[in-house]
Amino acid sequence: MMNCLEATKLISESQERRLSVPEKVTLKMHVMMCSGCKNFSLQVPFLSKAMRAYAQWEDDEPKN
Amino acid sequence: MKDTSAIEGLGLEVSDASILSDTAFLNDLRRQMVKFATLQLSNSHAAEDAVQEALIGALKNAKSFAGRAALKTWVFAILRNKIADVLRQKQRMVDASSLLREDEESEDFSELFDQKGFWQADEKPATWGNPQSALHQNQFWKVFEACLEGLPGNQARVFMMKEFVELDAAEICTAVGITTTNLNVMMHRSRLRLRECLENTWFQKGEQA
Repeated sequence: MMNCLEATKLISESQERRLSVPEKVTLKMHVMMCSGCKNFSLQVPFLSKAMRAYAQWEDDEPKN
Repeated sequence: MKDTSAIEGLGLEVSDASILSDTAFLNDLRRQMVKFATLQLSNSHAAEDAVQEALIGALKNAKSFAGRAALKTWVFAILRNKIADVLRQKQRMVDASSLLREDEESEDFSELFDQKGFWQADEKPATWGNPQSALHQNQFWKVFEACLEGLPGNQARVFMMKEFVELDAAEICTAVGITTTNLNVMMHRSRLRLRECLENTWFQKGEQA
């Protein structure tokens, strides 16, 4: 079975390239059984989203 | 008289745009922009130029902005485009070998994974619940910024090139002078670090509270 180090690598790479079908299948099997990697796979897209929203934060604190 | 020192030298008529008289805001904005541009371009002169151009472009239309947040979003969008242009034009602006050496030093997964490559018990990513709501909280962005600053410089640079400047992987490899494998390694590490930092300093604390 694929380990978590390899699984997180593939999850990360899936943001930069399209994974092959065998990669997707082995990754899916791992993620189904591993809550840590499942959470990681949900957090990675959130990091992208947060980074994109970063410059839009409303900084409402008084500056004086 | 309004104090417009932050934008002096830009040659703009700004007397009637109230947002532009907020020098503390403008100075702070400029500082954030310069910091970001310097990290991306690894060249303070090019960074100052990009920031200056972005500010001039944005402030010309400043009267039409509803508030500070809208102005900030707009100037960063312009700055991001300028940086993307510069990075696409100039290739290999950093010494690739130095970049990789620095990154190799930080190679150590043993804290996160055991010898077989499975999560260490206390490092396993937890559930974040509904993280979207964090995006509306001021305090979250302070934590996020601190976590970004905790990344090694080159990891932060490449991560932001991908996720903020929105260059594609091939463009980043060319601009920075690294291979796709190097890029994948750096993105993987920055994501592991960033998520760990956010979990420890935000999401777990929130759940406990």
